[in-house]
Amino acid sequence: MTNNEGLSSASFKVSGEVVSVHVSMKLEIKDSPGQLVAALTPISEYGGNIIAVIHQREPETSSDTLGVQIVLEIEHERLDTLVATLKRQGVNILRLGEERMLHRQSVIMIGHLIHTDIGDTIDRIDRTGFAEVAELNVQMPGISEPSTALITIKATTRSEMDRALDLLRSVATEKGLLIVEPLEEAER
Amino acid sequence: MRIAVLGLGAVGKGVLRVLGEKPELGLVLTGVADSTSAWIDPAGIDPQTVLDRKCETNRCGSEGRSAADILDSGAYDVLVEVTPTNAATGEPALTHIRRALGTGHHVVTSNKGPLAAAHTELEELAREQGVALRYEATVGGAIPVIHAITRGLIGNKFHSITGVLNGTCNYILTRMDDEGLTYEQALAEARQLGYAEADPTYDVRGIDAAIKLVILANTCWNLGVTLDDVSITGIDGLTVDALRLAADQDCTIRLIGEASPERGLLRVAPRVLPRSHPLVIEGTLNAVMLSTDLAGEVTLMGRGAGSIETASAIIGDLLSIRDRFVECR
Ligand SMILES: NC(=O)c1ccc[n+]([C@@H]2O[C@H](COP(=O)([O-])OP(=O)(O)OC[C@H]3O[C@@H](n4cnc5c(N)ncnc54)[C@H](OP(=O)(O)O)[C@@H]3O)[C@@H](O)[C@H]2O)c1
Repeated sequence: MTNNEGLSSASFKVSGEVVSVHVSMKLEIKDSPGQLVAALTPISEYGGNIIAVIHQREPETSSDTLGVQIVLEIEHERLDTLVATLKRQGVNILRLGEERMLHRQSVIMIGHLIHTDIGDTIDRIDRTGFAEVAELNVQMPGISEPSTALITIKATTRSEMDRALDLLRSVATEKGLLIVEPLEEAER
Repeated sequence: MRIAVLGLGAVGKGVLRVLGEKPELGLVLTGVADSTSAWIDPAGIDPQTVLDRKCETNRCGSEGRSAADILDSGAYDVLVEVTPTNAATGEPALTHIRRALGTGHHVVTSNKGPLAAAHTELEELAREQGVALRYEATVGGAIPVIHAITRGLIGNKFHSITGVLNGTCNYILTRMDDEGLTYEQALAEARQLGYAEADPTYDVRGIDAAIKLVILANTCWNLGVTLDDVSITGIDGLTVDALRLAADQDCTIRLIGEASPERGLLRVAPRVLPRSHPLVIEGTLNAVMLSTDLAGEVTLMGRGAGSIETASAIIGDLLSIRDRFVECR
């Protein structure tokens, strides 16, 4: 389970699924105060989630610039706009790394989530190796009353997402939990 | 055209009111029965007199006569079957309908029971006898969804049917969403307002919606599915927190019936929908979305129950039978 602070990744929209990308980019910025922040600001403005910022001072770059490697997740549709904005602001993009698609889907889970070992429920998804629980928001009303959670799953492909959801459904049946899924838009 | 009405509850009374108020429709009442009495007159019965008598004595006709006598008399063209639903056996309606169809009479019903129990058999019987079996009022109350499927959209291939098919559940979910009521509070309110039965199990567990989904699916695709084929989850386990979590994403929760042979789907379950979705409707309303190859998506919405509203669907069936069969005889 990863922590997605700053970006609510829960999503029911667009056929219940939002496709984002996991991407790394190498930027060249001026080595002066405020430049890094200026480069990072558009990323959050476009709803991107910065996972890592790695500074690299490479010998071949001139002394007044700085190489920065950024790993981020962003909605697929917004990536091009982000790149254009960065360029317009004078940020030199040296390399745009491999993109990895990320499908996200949220479902609501109701029942005795804690007593049925929520840790195990998450583990079962994470252990698949192809999907993981990206976000979990648990509401607990009171002792012995059923709790409710919003659980967001992340997977690389659509079919892996379907397999992860199948797994979640069977775990829910086994543990007597109710799952409320988004209604998929009809295929057009 | 001569009409016999079996059952004089909310729906039967609604039908009689319309017959009384709109004599120009040319529908003549020749028989009427409730659980303990019946009245037969081939020359025609005044609907208002029947309603008054039922109100005063709780019987619509003479004791010692019954629905069976009307069926035996044969003094009607179309049977209107509006007795209570029994989803397991379909009775007493199934016997009434078999009898009427078998003796060459058209049937119009609002009763889901016989369709859940024996849809294919009854359609075959009607076809053999060259008569019509119409059941617009069984699904979606006043909404002409069966007409839409079988007539208006007849040249289309149907990809899927999705709908809000139970007004009681929709009312409860609307109230939980709007007012933050718990499931129990919203159910108690629905009972007080007469939107929920004393025993709401059929509604809140999704069984009523599932039966209606089966009727729609068989009308669309004629695959002979039954209630056992539907995966059913009701709304009785839903929490206020679930609605709140959905609301945080500008979504809400509704009990949705969904059928699509292409996608191997036949299920009733609470689902999360964006608030802007056409199936997010308020209160006791019902809605059905048909996804087709030619027309694209067609959504119908309206009142899913009520005495006069359900009568509207029955009258529509009666008049379409008259146009199709009786005039050209
Ligand atoms: N109410 C709605 O809004 C609505 C909407 C769609 C579909 N429906 C369906 O329409 C049907 C009728 O509903 P309703 O609300 O009118 O029901 P209701 O108020 O319970 O009335 C049922 C009527 O059937 C009579 N009856 C019972 N057994 C009979 C028998 N063996 N022979 C003749 N009559 C008999 C009852 O007689 P007594 O009067 O002597 O008890 C009563 O008059 C049900 O199948 C229901 O599911 C109702």
